[in-house]
Amino acid sequence: MTLDKCKKGQKIKIMNIPNEIIRSQAIRFGISEGAVVTCEEVVPAGPVVVGMYKQQIAIGRNLAKSISVELIN
Amino acid sequence: MNELSPGKNIVLVGNPNVGKSVVFNYLTGRYVDVANFPGTTTNVICGRFGCDAVTDTPGIYGISSFNEEEKIARDIVLHGDILVNIVDAVHLERDLFLTQQLIDTGIPVLVVLNMIDEAEQHGLKVDIKVLQELLGVPVIATSAVSGRGMPQLKEAIYQARVGRVLPQVQEKIGELPDQVPRPDKLLILEGDQYVAGKYKLIARNYRDEIYGARRRWVNELVAMSVRETGRGQALGAALGRWMIQPVTGIPLLIFTLWAIYQLVGVFVAQTVVGFTEETIMVQYFQPLARYLAGHLVAPESAVGKILVGQFGVVTMTVTYLLGLLFPLVLGFNLVLAVLEDTGYLPRIATLLDRMLMVFGLNGQAVIPLVLGFGCVTMALMSTRLLGSVRERRIATIILALTVPCSAQLAIIATMLAGLGPGYAVIYGLIILSVFISGGVLLDKFVPGKSSSLWIDLPPLRLPRLQNVLQKSWHKSKEFILEATPLFALGALALGLLDVSGALEAIENALIPLTVNWLGLPKEAASGFIMGVIRREFGTAGLFSFPMSDLQKLVALTTITLFVPCVASAMVIFKEWGWREGSLIWLGVIFMAFLVGGTVNQLLHLFISIPHTSPLTMLAGVIILWLVLILGLSWLKPAHDK
Repeated sequence: MTLDKCKKGQKIKIMNIPNEIIRSQAIRFGISEGAVVTCEEVVPAGPVVVGMYKQQIAIGRNLAKSISVELIN
Repeated sequence: MNELSPGKNIVLVGNPNVGKSVVFNYLTGRYVDVANFPGTTTNVICGRFGCDAVTDTPGIYGISSFNEEEKIARDIVLHGDILVNIVDAVHLERDLFLTQQLIDTGIPVLVVLNMIDEAEQHGLKVDIKVLQELLGVPVIATSAVSGRGMPQLKEAIYQARVGRVLPQVQEKIGELPDQVPRPDKLLILEGDQYVAGKYKLIARNYRDEIYGARRRWVNELVAMSVRETGRGQALGAALGRWMIQPVTGIPLLIFTLWAIYQLVGVFVAQTVVGFTEETIMVQYFQPLARYLAGHLVAPESAVGKILVGQFGVVTMTVTYLLGLLFPLVLGFNLVLAVLEDTGYLPRIATLLDRMLMVFGLNGQAVIPLVLGFGCVTMALMSTRLLGSVRERRIATIILALTVPCSAQLAIIATMLAGLGPGYAVIYGLIILSVFISGGVLLDKFVPGKSSSLWIDLPPLRLPRLQNVLQKSWHKSKEFILEATPLFALGALALGLLDVSGALEAIENALIPLTVNWLGLPKEAASGFIMGVIRREFGTAGLFSFPMSDLQKLVALTTITLFVPCVASAMVIFKEWGWREGSLIWLGVIFMAFLVGGTVNQLLHLFISIPHTSPLTMLAGVIILWLVLILGLSWLKPAHDK
């Protein structure tokens, strides 16, 4: 599935970030492919907020659609 | 070390909002503007520490060529002798990535572990000895705002050491020729085209590999050196959530805007300015200036008029600058400083991201747009933080056209308050519809691709009073200092035009535009001429002759949309070049007169229809237009990037 489909509170594993620049930027924030993040907030039709450690990043809807993730239970 | 020796080059580096500017200030004793979102400290600031130079850099997440700030920081870092890396103890996973990259450059590094008290509140315990050992560089714990650990910092700077470079980097560094300086080698390995180009080399494509290894190492570092002693509740976690959810966030935003209006538009613009302008300036200062000038020149002579007449260099400049603008600008800067320091702005960006997509922008464009209400010039510069040229172009035009700066806004607010709520609503509708249609049309016609939102939400903090006061005072003072010569020159130019009779000639020449098309008194021309010098100057100029309420509405609309002041026009020319700059500039003037004139013609048409209120009819037309233009944007397939 893709990041925009996740629901608040779910733990997800980032599988693939296709955009090279975004991938490099994400890795600096601690979000590398394979990283586990929490979906902290989903703004209706808007950005998805993911959190890891003690920080939050808002990711635009279109970008979230391109990031594939896997649900962790 | 003697005076001729340039000393060492100490560079402060860190992520946004880690307290770099406070450290800089502490070391050099110079005040620096500090703000709580990425992209504000774009100018490079230098100072002295003993006989060494200290350079502050923009807040970044890594040195590379991803954006303007990073390029600036990268160039400064590559020429540094000592890197003082300030990290946020609460966000080590994020911040240590940059730390390791700095260590990998092979330049001596000192790590300042800032906000250590906040980390403790969050229940985090950092083992500094272990961290020091693993990084191979000295680490000192500080709390810059409370001053804890700061005295040790001054001594620790010279203990900076070359740290433990990643094995993956060490292994590949030999691939590059010896004449390339060591720090530059790292960036070439990481695929930086620009640095590679400097040495006529081809950039290596090890970025993914090195970044991946660095990420794994940093995660290990944190796992070994940070202990979570208990989960502390972050300040305002719930509030932060409410801010970005539309159901709660939009009312919260509206409430915030209303509070700002009450503070600046009502309290400052009416109560405070009533005292400073009417009482101090008009009642006391102006008669005094005229009395004193009367000793030197006859008040009715040309020189007398130029000095203390209607556009007098002394009377008009001092009254407007100190009596009217200073309190207004100070009020707005206070509000902006609070917004910036609490961390609310990035959350507004998240809340409004969906809405701004209609304009081909992402939520981050909120930052320049909000800053625009403070000062359009500053906002135009901050458009650099937007992801693509297309977004910068759209934001620049919208800013130049529709966003009134603080000084102008306050005068508009004062004038609208005198007209009553009906007019205020119509005025708001007009500007909003220009804003929305401008955005929608620009999105349709400006070529290129827009980028998606990717923004770090900093923790919500209660702003520190001292910081807020210092920052807004500093900005307002700078504004007044910068505006004074422009105002004086503008007043002088107008005075000369007035005395020589040229002003009347221009007013007469512009009658077809001002009187026939806009339906304003011909004196309005001088308001527009002044508006070019500074926007609010022109707006204030509209107070100087009587107008009907409907005329005031047309005049306010036109002057709001009218050209940005000289300073912001210069920024537009600088950023976009003369050709595109002139096009934006002339386009904005044309749009201002087009919209102002259309409003006037419609009002005249509606007045001639009996038994209707022209204002209601106008509101109806605007709403119809908005529906039409939004329909247009929905017809267009959504971006799928």
